[in-house]
Amino acid sequence: MGRVVVEVMPKPEILDPQGKAVVGALPRLGFTQFSGVRQGKRFELEVDGEVTPEILAAAREAAATLLSNPVIEDVVSVSDAAAVPGEASGTPVSA
Amino acid sequence: MSATEPAPVAAAAGIAEARIGVITFPGTLDDRDAARAVRLAGAEAVSIWHADESLQDVDAVVLPGGFSYGDYLRAGAISRFAPAMAAVVDAAKGGMPVLGICNGFQVLTEAHLLPGSMVKNDHLHFVCREQSLIVENAHTAWTNEFRRGQQITIPLKNQDGQFVADERTLDELEGEGRVVFRYDGWNPNGSRRDIAGITNERGNVVGLMPHPEHAVEPGFGPASAEGPRAGVDGLTFFTSVLSSLVHA
Repeated sequence: MGRVVVEVMPKPEILDPQGKAVVGALPRLGFTQFSGVRQGKRFELEVDGEVTPEILAAAREAAATLLSNPVIEDVVSVSDAAAVPGEASGTPVSA
Repeated sequence: MSATEPAPVAAAAGIAEARIGVITFPGTLDDRDAARAVRLAGAEAVSIWHADESLQDVDAVVLPGGFSYGDYLRAGAISRFAPAMAAVVDAAKGGMPVLGICNGFQVLTEAHLLPGSMVKNDHLHFVCREQSLIVENAHTAWTNEFRRGQQITIPLKNQDGQFVADERTLDELEGEGRVVFRYDGWNPNGSRRDIAGITNERGNVVGLMPHPEHAVEPGFGPASAEGPRAGVDGLTFFTSVLSSLVHA
């Protein structure tokens, strides 16, 4: 089974209120190193077979038409999870 | 039918036969209020389910507020692909009056019938208040019975109500007189240039964040000069569209 990962971020010029709330909370936990946070979205699209170039093309189209709104968001990446180091297993990176 | 509704204000004008569709998506909250507003204005309200492919020959359409499809992806993002929306987009391009309220406004932007988009309120809080607005364009299908510069008060309730668009689009909207309503006194959500509602080039499609359908009947509206809960400024949206249909 294959997996395509799509990442969407708010456009740089759009104020990201969610990121603003997070950056406000970090110092309260002692994380004073971070001066800014922007919060985006990650989609994992599963396919039954391999991730072919056609599947990737379809994922790019889905990313542009449904998964993001080009007025407020940018699609920053559409990738085959198997081709990205650390992504193949789908297990989260532990702390 | 409209004849069974109490005191429709436009019935005497001979436009009681107008049929206005109200679309219900999964998660729509204000469809009944919108249908009631339509009937109080003197027209027949026609319920349209999001999965319907036909608009049942209505003369105008209202996309009410709420949380269509739970706003799961983005507010209005999934509704845009509902079968009824394909019909709305076609009808809107043909000149049919379409009003999008709150979530309905977001659906119209997602469907590219109106420019820009809505993001979370700048202060991140849900806001619910009686909102003062200034009417900037009294020539649209939904505002022709207002005066330009008129102050009106209707309820506002949203979390994702911050209207955003790039500067070029904003300049274009201003230059073409397509800003229909501006927030008055206080900008409740950080919307660019205090914009509360906009229209398309033709003036048949209008979207706004505040809720005219909640200010249509004395006793159930916002406070007004006439007394508490007496405000019925929202009714003018619905009587306006009836006159635009008559004069079409």
